[in-house]
Amino acid sequence: MQGSIASAIAANRFGCGARAGELAAIGGDGRDWLRAQLLAGPPTLAAPQLRSSAGILAAALELRREIQGARKAGALSNTSDDAAAEATQQAQQVLQRLPQFLKPIYTAEVTARFAQAVASERPFVERLTLFWSNHFAVSVDKHLLAGLAGSFEREAIRPHVLGSFNDMLLAVEMHPAMLLYLDNYLSVGPHSPAASRAKARQAQRRVGINENLAREILELHTLGVRGGYTQQDVTTFAEVLTGWSLGGEGGRFAAGTPGQFVFRPELHEPGTKVVLGRRYPEDGFGQGAAVLRDLVRQRATADFIATKLARHFIADDPPPAAVARIADAFATSGGNLPTVYRALIDARESWQQPLAKYKTPFDYIVSSYRGLSLPVDESHAPLAPFEVLGQRTWQPGSPAGWPDRSADWDGASALMKRIQWADAVGNRMGSRADAVQLAPQLLGANLTTATRTAVAHAASAAQALTLLLAAPEFMRR
Amino acid sequence: MRRREFLSLSTLAAGGALLGARLSFAHSAARRGSRFVLVILRGALDGMAAVPPCGDRDYGALRGAFALRAPGVAGSALPLDGFFGLHPSLGFLQQCYAAHELTVLHALATPYRERSHFDGQDVLENGAAHPHALQSGWLNRALAQLPAPQPREAGVALGQNLPLVMRGPAAVTSWSPSRLGAPDDDTLARLSDLYAGDALLAARLADALAANAIAGEDLRAAAPARSAVSNARYAEVVRAAAGFLRQENGPRVAVFDTTGWDTHANEGAAEGQLAGRLGVLDASLATLRQELGATWRDTAVLLVTEFGRTAAINGTRGTDHGTATVAFLVGGAVAGGRVIADWPGLSARALYQGRDLAPTLDLRSVLKGVLADHLEVPPRALEQVVFPDSAGAVPLHGLMRG
Repeated sequence: MQGSIASAIAANRFGCGARAGELAAIGGDGRDWLRAQLLAGPPTLAAPQLRSSAGILAAALELRREIQGARKAGALSNTSDDAAAEATQQAQQVLQRLPQFLKPIYTAEVTARFAQAVASERPFVERLTLFWSNHFAVSVDKHLLAGLAGSFEREAIRPHVLGSFNDMLLAVEMHPAMLLYLDNYLSVGPHSPAASRAKARQAQRRVGINENLAREILELHTLGVRGGYTQQDVTTFAEVLTGWSLGGEGGRFAAGTPGQFVFRPELHEPGTKVVLGRRYPEDGFGQGAAVLRDLVRQRATADFIATKLARHFIADDPPPAAVARIADAFATSGGNLPTVYRALIDARESWQQPLAKYKTPFDYIVSSYRGLSLPVDESHAPLAPFEVLGQRTWQPGSPAGWPDRSADWDGASALMKRIQWADAVGNRMGSRADAVQLAPQLLGANLTTATRTAVAHAASAAQALTLLLAAPEFMRR
Repeated sequence: MRRREFLSLSTLAAGGALLGARLSFAHSAARRGSRFVLVILRGALDGMAAVPPCGDRDYGALRGAFALRAPGVAGSALPLDGFFGLHPSLGFLQQCYAAHELTVLHALATPYRERSHFDGQDVLENGAAHPHALQSGWLNRALAQLPAPQPREAGVALGQNLPLVMRGPAAVTSWSPSRLGAPDDDTLARLSDLYAGDALLAARLADALAANAIAGEDLRAAAPARSAVSNARYAEVVRAAAGFLRQENGPRVAVFDTTGWDTHANEGAAEGQLAGRLGVLDASLATLRQELGATWRDTAVLLVTEFGRTAAINGTRGTDHGTATVAFLVGGAVAGGRVIADWPGLSARALYQGRDLAPTLDLRSVLKGVLADHLEVPPRALEQVVFPDSAGAVPLHGLMRG
């Protein structure tokens, strides 16, 4: 029943946590199971209720215009107290329409994603999806992102998880969610036509670049913070990216299809630019695409991605030899991701140091759901566990994404919350799940005698489940 | 003497099935407002600690230093009927006994004779003779047999989901507060053990408990020497239960469970682990009476557990899984002030398999009596639907006020 250590590692460290029967299905060699998951198509996520980001954003922008209109009307009608009060009240009502519009979208997206992770037959690919989504993090505490984070992941990440890093990088940086999140859509080249017009009008409003996206691409998406770039590289790269915008903003930004990427030549800084010592002739949108392509070829990017992957899957402080081999695979393949994943799978270190990783709340919740076959749908409050355990979906609060080390997640209060949640799950399930039977199926060779004994001697079926979910080897992967 | 008293009762019970049915029929209108609360004590309550047989000559030797002294001195058992005492933590129940609102049933057991908590609780709840023989619970099946009209929700389980005893054809509901509650002390104690080999988790859990202790100072001050966490949790559950049952057209039945009764180690005696838990339970029952107000008069609360524990103390100052145990029937509708027990004795020969209190009363007899006389479940349904294959368990009538 217990099976090999390889199957337990494959399902729990690389998968989303074992489901009953999964370890037996994996068999003796988890490597083959992982490799096979890379052969099928991209890990798409589709459901009738999930809308395109373009449609969502177009509707949201329209709502925002109504809100702005109502505000203006409120300000203009400020002739009598009664009228002002009425206008304020109407403005408040209109103001509520945007969050009312965004919240059900967020809920549907979180639910669909959660359900897919729990049900996935290719949990390694799902984990990779979540890794990349977090690598290219947006956070729903900003702007309209509550309505866009899900479609961003579906549109920019998922199609490329089994493709090339370059394609994913391009899709991400062109996506309206990222352009909104890191403010690039309003970045204006200082010598662009738009800037010249503004100067001619002697407009009070200062126009210029916004470095946010350029910096985060270098620091977080490609080279890493010690990747060898300078502030000048950041500034120049930001100029390269001017004009990467989205349609439907109205006014000066009316061009383009509402809610979709648009390159706005009038915002773009003209001219040849030098980034990381390399000259890029003026090519409009193509200039930025060329920089991104070259960033993928930088050894620093290979090292950075390899380190993050190894940290995510192997250990907080990943073994350098494994990192080097994964980075080599990234570099020699030009960022062909299945090649990179195979290097990770092939790394001897991937199959050692059992349970070196402390699960994030997401890992913990999803593995619990998989292990106990818990239902995921909107009638079962799918958002709640993530909120309770401190990892609200798509809300890392920073473009760096969620941290990925034990110390970031293993605080005393966090543990107590996890235990409380495990306790709640145990009580909810009660005798409908048999922890004694499940323990070896979920943990396999990682199941300790202590946990097996504690589960077997629990005072109730509910407590047995709690002890299983709160066991040290279930807290880790 | 004990035996004779019981026999008179059981004679009444055996011969009184028809009489009981007629009586309950006659009192139909009065019973319409009756309320029933089932409290499941998960983990196997030590019946010999909760209701010590102080008058049994073998009791002291079996329990040694953990034997409760006969009533009269400080820290001793509270008086019941001279033979049995009541654990000193059960002060409210002792008041109920004095007010003839508590009946203690001792040396009773379900038909289950193995010692698995999970299977034992399954039998406790499914009402069958064997674990997993039925996928519904006896209380739900009983509610399904009640004559119309009944409230839309016949019963409520205080918790996120329905326990097995409440699952089945009848329309019942469940309720729980939305925020996460704290795990009970027993679970935390087990986790502390489980984390003993894990430096990180052991330290973090200890930190968290220390923080909770500080945060719970107000609650501890209000109820000294008891776990603030458990008190708050059960008080909340009990208040919720009372809130449901007070409503004229609300559910007539409420179910909740408590945990932490699996006292394998450091069980304690007049004070200690079990004493603390019993105190919380006693306090929560007092809260229930207070919260029910006038409804208490129409209420019967039954406290049951899956099985008992070993008659003797084990090597870790606790007790292991046993067989017969105790049940409490308390409430304004109860014909109380009695201990009903066909006491088997505690001699080596009398013990079940040489280790446990021997069962002499089938829990289903008690359940049949309460369901028939208090909730007016038709006797035929009790035999055929609610407790199939239970012909040997004769309904114990006369438990409720006439």
